[in-house]
Amino acid sequence: MNATRVSYTLDSTLESVNKAEEMAQNFGVKAGFDEEEVQRIAMAVREAAVNAVLHGNAYDPKKRVTVVFETSAQALTISVRDEGQGLDALDIPDPLAPENLLKQSGRGIFLIRAFMDEVRFRNMEPGTEVTLIKHVRGADSDGKEASQ
Amino acid sequence: MTMKASTRQIDGVTIVDLSGRITLGEGSVVLRDTIRDVVGHGTKKILLNLGDVTYIDSSGIGELVSAFTSVRNQGGELKLLNLTKKVHDLLQITKLYTVFDIKDDEAVAINSFAK
Repeated sequence: MNATRVSYTLDSTLESVNKAEEMAQNFGVKAGFDEEEVQRIAMAVREAAVNAVLHGNAYDPKKRVTVVFETSAQALTISVRDEGQGLDALDIPDPLAPENLLKQSGRGIFLIRAFMDEVRFRNMEPGTEVTLIKHVRGADSDGKEASQ
Repeated sequence: MTMKASTRQIDGVTIVDLSGRITLGEGSVVLRDTIRDVVGHGTKKILLNLGDVTYIDSSGIGELVSAFTSVRNQGGELKLLNLTKKVHDLLQITKLYTVFDIKDDEAVAINSFAK
C-alpha cells in the first residue's frame, strides 16, 4: 500500500464528530481492516473527536479540530488535535473502579485505549493532540507483508 | 440514523423500544427524555429493548447508566433486553454487564420483575 497522509480541519460541532467517525470508517476499510476492527477504529476516533469538540474546544466556533489520517503498510495512524486548554490524560479516573462504575461520564479515553493498539497524548500550544495507532496485522516492522 | 423510542405496556411493565444510535446529542437526549417521561408517570418497571440499537458511544453508555440509577433511586427497576453483539461487547468492556440485569427473551424479562 502506498503511504498517504490526509488532513481535515473541522468546526467544533457535533456534525464534525459524525464526520470524523465516517472518515475513520472509510480509512479503516481502505487500510484493509475487518468489519469489527473498522468499527472499533471509528468508535475510538469518534470518542477522540468528542473530547476535542466538547472538552477541548467547548463548542467554541472560533476553535477548530484537526484530524489527520496516515496510512502505510504497517498501520493506520490518526491524530486528533483541538485548540483548547489542554488535558491531563493521566488524571482521568479509572472508569472500571467500583466507585466510578455508575458515573455518567469518563469512559471516552478508556474506550480509545481499549480499541486502538497505541494511544499517545501530547500537550500542544494550544490544545491537546491525541494520536491513535492501529497496526496492520501481518505486516512486519519493516512494513512488508508477512509471508503466509 | 437518528434514534427513535416508543413505549408499550405488558403486565405492568413498560417496554421502551429503542432504535438507531444512542450517541452524544440527539440520541442521548431522546433516551433521557423518554426515561424521564416514563418515570414521571410513576412507572417502576422498565424494560429497555435495545434490539434495534445499532450503535452506542460513551455518551450513550453514560445515558444508560443514568437511566438505571435514576429509576433505581425512585425505587424502580430498569432492565435491558435484546443486546446486539456490539452493545454486549461494549457493556462487557466497561464492566457494566455486571451492573445491568440483561435479558434476551421478552416474556422471561417481563416475568423477572418483582410482582
